Amino acid sequence: MTQPLTIDRLSAHYGKVQVLEDFSLKIAAGELVSLLGASGCGKTTTLRLIAGFLEPTGGTIRLGEQDLTRLPAHRRNIGLVFQNYALFPHLTVAENVGFGLKQRGVALPEREARVTEMLGRVELTDLGDRLPAALSGGQRQRVALARALVIEPPLLMFDEPLSNLDAKLRVGMRAEIRQMQRANGTTSVFVTHDQEEAFSISDRVAIMQAGRIMQFDTPETLYSRPANAFVARFVGFENLIEMRVVARKGDLVEAEAAGGALLTLSQADFGAIPDAFVLGARPEGLVVAGPDAPGIPATLGLRSYLGRAYQYLCDSPAGPLTAQGPLGAAQEAGSAARLQPVAAQCCILAPEA
Amino acid sequence: MKQPLHPALIAFSVVVFFFLVAPLVIILGAAVSDTTFLTFPPQGFSTRWFVKIFEMSAFRRTIVTSLEIAFLATGLALLFGLPAAYALNRYRVQLPSWLSTMYVLPILVPEIVLGFSLLKTVAVGADMPVFATLVAGHTLIVLPYAVRVISASLSSFDFSMEEAAISLGSPPLKTFFTVVLPNVRSAVIAAFILAFITSINDVSVSLFLTGPGVSTLPIQILAHVEQFFDPVIASVSVLLMVLTVGVMAVVELTLGLTFLAK
Repeated sequence: MTQPLTIDRLSAHYGKVQVLEDFSLKIAAGELVSLLGASGCGKTTTLRLIAGFLEPTGGTIRLGEQDLTRLPAHRRNIGLVFQNYALFPHLTVAENVGFGLKQRGVALPEREARVTEMLGRVELTDLGDRLPAALSGGQRQRVALARALVIEPPLLMFDEPLSNLDAKLRVGMRAEIRQMQRANGTTSVFVTHDQEEAFSISDRVAIMQAGRIMQFDTPETLYSRPANAFVARFVGFENLIEMRVVARKGDLVEAEAAGGALLTLSQADFGAIPDAFVLGARPEGLVVAGPDAPGIPATLGLRSYLGRAYQYLCDSPAGPLTAQGPLGAAQEAGSAARLQPVAAQCCILAPEA
Repeated sequence: MKQPLHPALIAFSVVVFFFLVAPLVIILGAAVSDTTFLTFPPQGFSTRWFVKIFEMSAFRRTIVTSLEIAFLATGLALLFGLPAAYALNRYRVQLPSWLSTMYVLPILVPEIVLGFSLLKTVAVGADMPVFATLVAGHTLIVLPYAVRVISASLSSFDFSMEEAAISLGSPPLKTFFTVVLPNVRSAVIAAFILAFITSINDVSVSLFLTGPGVSTLPIQILAHVEQFFDPVIASVSVLLMVLTVGVMAVVELTLGLTFLAK
């Protein structure tokens, strides 16, 4: 039933503009994968190519053993959940859910039984006779989910399905979608621009930019071991400091930043550190210390209160940095300080070419 | 909370209403007058002028012709207009923006000019039969109504519904009939009625295109007035009014007139 999705060297153009280039992605059977990126990164294009609403200019899409690339959209057997639900306003909830079964020629008694069962699973049993206009946003999205699930598709796709819901409902729906997907074991593609959403719901996440995958990994790996500066910035490593190794002593590495600041880093924390590298640090990964402590010398600027700490915009020889300091010791703008990296909130990146 | 109406507003409304309705009342009065000439107020009461319409073969024939042309032209306009409106909205991004303006041109071009150019090109140039020419001309003048009205409704149609249906296994053409059409049904009916009324009442284009033996009701009315001055003309006008009002009544009953005002 559930099948792997293999996208191989897919490319797509809008007119002369290339929106997807040599795009390859392998999704294991039963896995939920998010395509994450800002608008225009190609994530929706990818989804529409898989669904068959767009034709690729090159490459293949395979679902299990079946080649989908040239198959018309209505024969691909993919369950789709849309951002704006896309329910049929002239049909009742039950008719909406039964629509796909009707297309498949499922006889009326069986159709009704399956629709009733599915409405029960999304907890809409009593609303089968309503029109979509009489439902709330959350209920509509559940109908959309039921409508896509009832055809028991080997692949489910979600196009920003939660972005029209309010914040509280969104978190609830997220869990519901994930539970439903786990229970069915359906291979799923989830398109979103919301990092928290993608990380919380997915087995793996593909971070996309300009029609390419920047990194495809588990949320944990993406969060702590970004593969490049783009992903690092995306997951919150706001400070990227170019560094050069000047001395090695066992696991310890002494490195120099632009402007001469020296830092000592341990390869036990980061793995092998190359001679030239970029230190990525979250704001909480650079801690403000006294001017005589080791670390990157900096002048503190604007201070903002975050609740658990103060955050400072700083000026340093290595460029502008964002750091945090403890609540007990608020520092005034203009005071000199040293910024010390906290290994758990830092990462090591290869220098940009 | 009802605000009291200003007396001047009431007076103004009454005057406007009077000017709108008075001619209709006069026509109606003249139509039932028991005289051999047009007069108002009516002298006596008679329905013989209504009977007279149907005794005159010219009127009988043109009423039938007008209805035939109106049905055919409206049907054709919908046949072309519905797919055109669909394409204009479905592919709005891909299509050049002037394309939708093209479909309003027949309304923007003075009808006299349109009639004349159709006479030159279609009737004389292509040597088409008079009836076919009339149908073609009327199709052209009512097409903008079909395209605009259906387009207005489709502009708020969410085409991801169509994609949802296709993803659920419904072929594209079938999807048009099961998902798109039911959601623009009232616009199609409205377009039909607007187009039908426009065709039935058209004078300027028909004036150029009518020919020997084939004429429409409004043209026949004109021809009759040129020669006679009897109440038949009033009663036939009443008939045309009743026809129009009848169609509107059907809309009112099925959709509500407010629908057309949208």
